[in-house]
Amino acid sequence: MQALYATTREVGVITLVDLSGRIALGEGSALLRKTIRDLLDGGNNKILLNLGDVNYIDSSGIGELVSGFTAVRSRGGELKLLHLTKKVHDLLQITKLFTVFDVYTDEPTAVGSFK
Amino acid sequence: MAPDTKHLEVTLDTHVESVNLAEEMCLRVAEAAGFAEDECYRIGMSVREGVINAFHYGNQEKPDKKIHLGIDLTGEKMVIHVMDEGKGFRLADVPDPLAEENLLSTSGRGIFLMRAFMDEFDVVPGRTGGAEIIMSKKLPVPKSASGNGNLRPSNSDATPHQEA
Repeated sequence: MQALYATTREVGVITLVDLSGRIALGEGSALLRKTIRDLLDGGNNKILLNLGDVNYIDSSGIGELVSGFTAVRSRGGELKLLHLTKKVHDLLQITKLFTVFDVYTDEPTAVGSFK
Repeated sequence: MAPDTKHLEVTLDTHVESVNLAEEMCLRVAEAAGFAEDECYRIGMSVREGVINAFHYGNQEKPDKKIHLGIDLTGEKMVIHVMDEGKGFRLADVPDPLAEENLLSTSGRGIFLMRAFMDEFDVVPGRTGGAEIIMSKKLPVPKSASGNGNLRPSNSDATPHQEA
């Protein structure tokens, strides 16, 4: 099973996390949790997750996205999503989470949306 | 069991790796049965969620308990059984993850996904005393009772822990 990879880059005042692989029970979910926690601990609370190369998310991964969303919000920040693959888009739609997350299809618009 | 039903049964350890193993096994069977890529994805996801449920909620991640996975290929459908050794549960007691108050819950979407992705879904008391998830997906091309010789459980190159 394909692992998850995460790299972070600063774009203006936000931190953009490029993710690729699977966000699933085990290492994938754990890496996403650690990445968001480390960013928050470092004082970065404007986070954009680029899911363009994430081809699979299971219920554990969905839970981790929600957990990250609420953790960032509780620190006064924002967590948004960029470039959903069709599978991830459909999954967020049927779970009604599409109404919870701010989702963007292009990076400049997503970056500019942060307050 | 009908005479033309192909049956595969394995016993998995209560370990996170069993989730991947079960998914891979069922994907191989689904591919061999002729399901298209999208349907294989839905079947794989459902098996994954069923085994996660058994691993986490049923067996409480206790390593001395087992997860029992069964796959039946009949002439009409692929039936998957996931049984744990926990205390069992009633579907009626599972919170609706789409309810407004549960949308930000970090868990509780597995049952919903299995129901959404499979044609049939039920939970019954298992012979081990735990819960048994039974779910099925119709085969892509209807087969006559005698014309399903090309359907085969592809267990020849998957050799998981076999129940004694």
